[in-house]
Amino acid sequence: MFVDTVVEDKALHKPAFLIGLSVTVLAFFFAFNFTNTIFGEFLSPVIGNPEESGLFGRLVVSFVLSVIFVLNLLAISLTRIKVQIFIVWIELFLLFLAFAYSFDLKLSFIQSRIGLMISKGLFTTIYISAVSIVIATAIAIVGAIAKLSNNGFAYAIASFYTSLFRGLPLLLQVYLIYKGLPQLGFMVDAIPSGIAALSLCYGAYMTEIFRAGIQSIPRGQWEASRALGFKSSLILRKIILPQSIPIIVPPTGNQFIAMLKDSSLVSVLGIWELMYLAKTLGQRDFRHMEMLLTAAMIYWGLTIILEMIQARIERKYQQKT
Amino acid sequence: MNDSIKNEKPVISLKGVNKWYGDFQALKDINLEINPKEKIVICGPSGSGKSTLIRCLNRLEAHQEGQIHVTDVELHETMKDIDIIRQDIGMVFQSFNLFPHLTVLENCMAGPNWVRGIDQNEAKERAMALLKQVKIPEQADKYPEQLSGGQQQRVAIARSLCMEPKVMLFDEPTSALDPEMVSEVLETMIELAKSGMTMICVTHEMGFARQVADRIIFMDGGEIVEQNTPEEFFNNPQNERTKTFLNQILS
Repeated sequence: MFVDTVVEDKALHKPAFLIGLSVTVLAFFFAFNFTNTIFGEFLSPVIGNPEESGLFGRLVVSFVLSVIFVLNLLAISLTRIKVQIFIVWIELFLLFLAFAYSFDLKLSFIQSRIGLMISKGLFTTIYISAVSIVIATAIAIVGAIAKLSNNGFAYAIASFYTSLFRGLPLLLQVYLIYKGLPQLGFMVDAIPSGIAALSLCYGAYMTEIFRAGIQSIPRGQWEASRALGFKSSLILRKIILPQSIPIIVPPTGNQFIAMLKDSSLVSVLGIWELMYLAKTLGQRDFRHMEMLLTAAMIYWGLTIILEMIQARIERKYQQKT
Repeated sequence: MNDSIKNEKPVISLKGVNKWYGDFQALKDINLEINPKEKIVICGPSGSGKSTLIRCLNRLEAHQEGQIHVTDVELHETMKDIDIIRQDIGMVFQSFNLFPHLTVLENCMAGPNWVRGIDQNEAKERAMALLKQVKIPEQADKYPEQLSGGQQQRVAIARSLCMEPKVMLFDEPTSALDPEMVSEVLETMIELAKSGMTMICVTHEMGFARQVADRIIFMDGGEIVEQNTPEEFFNNPQNERTKTFLNQILS
């Protein structure tokens, strides 16, 4: 959004909004009753034994919580926007940690297995995703050019391919490739068939992205190139594709991030990647949450790194033109 | 090539050319010969087919009937080597169509380097010489969007000239420019005309036409209504439609 030069009053500083917000928050805390949590214990000097405090205790706890909540918002609203963003991030992250902490996690259990998660699981996940991304990009370039060509065969094959692989759930594709190919006489290992499924599926999505990117280049660029006597392949390579890259990069970055997470689907083939290890390592000791949360944090960290790389590439292309 | 031989044959000739867009006939029975070094200005109301005509000359548009010969080669749907023909015909567009991801210099070097097989150094030398000729050598390392419209159009002219074309086509080169930038582009074109280039210009700049053209062609409704020397064309127009048009744009 493009910011106006005239600033509106902050919503938080309008009494009506503030009152409405306070009431809503109070109702929320009241409805979800935090009396029997750590907050009730804190307030026991006022309300006595939390378990016997009844409606009065519930009201006091929710009132105190909502006052803290609203004061917190007001305090944040007085800071500069960068500080605001930072504080809100930290607070939300702490809330997430509190959520994780509430499962009574055994940290030593995580410690003893995180080595395997990273050395085997993270490595396999990155390996599968990276190879699939490269293949998917290659498929997408060929697919996009085929879809834009006036060759009937090329168009038919490319459009059938995108239709099929965008039309089936990825999990189903993973099964079909892994279990289907051996019946045709091709023995494939789990990892190659997982990579094949991911590449084909994301290649189909990215074909559409690349096609749209190529089509968004104005017709005048083709005409000027043709008028100079360039052949179509040269125009595509030197004029059209370089210009469509800045348009293609943001949605392609999203595809990369989505693929990294969807690589978890190949865990059904027994590949020792992050998701598979997260499911199996905790099973024997009934410590599911430890491993699932660990895998969650690793996936999250990876996508944050990818997002930063994506932002850097976007900046680079913006500078150039 | 010897000039006297060249002069005997037209560089471009059209015989009975017809073109349709669906049911709409854009060009009607066009017959035209353009001789080496001739300067032609094509004018006419919008929708008269003048841009279509000039775009048929390097086959950016296809004609359906009749023959178009460019340097003795007939342009048709299944022809080979249209790119070779196009290398000899420069074209300047209303909307410049510079390559935005390349610098001014790279725009000018691209053609000679990529399709004429001229090495980097020589292509660069030639590009700089032509940028000097259009009076913007100091902009060589900038990107097109950093330039004004008039400068961009002059780069576009230099880019075409780097291919050392036999003919230059101009498709309303000043129509997209702010008024104060029109003259700098026209000056470049006048200098090019003085150098002996064969030029075909679709334009409404009647001052330019009067000064440069050997022949002015007036089109309306897809037909060539009238063609004459500038003197006769402006002072003694024959056709009613020509008179109406001249009244409208010269008033």
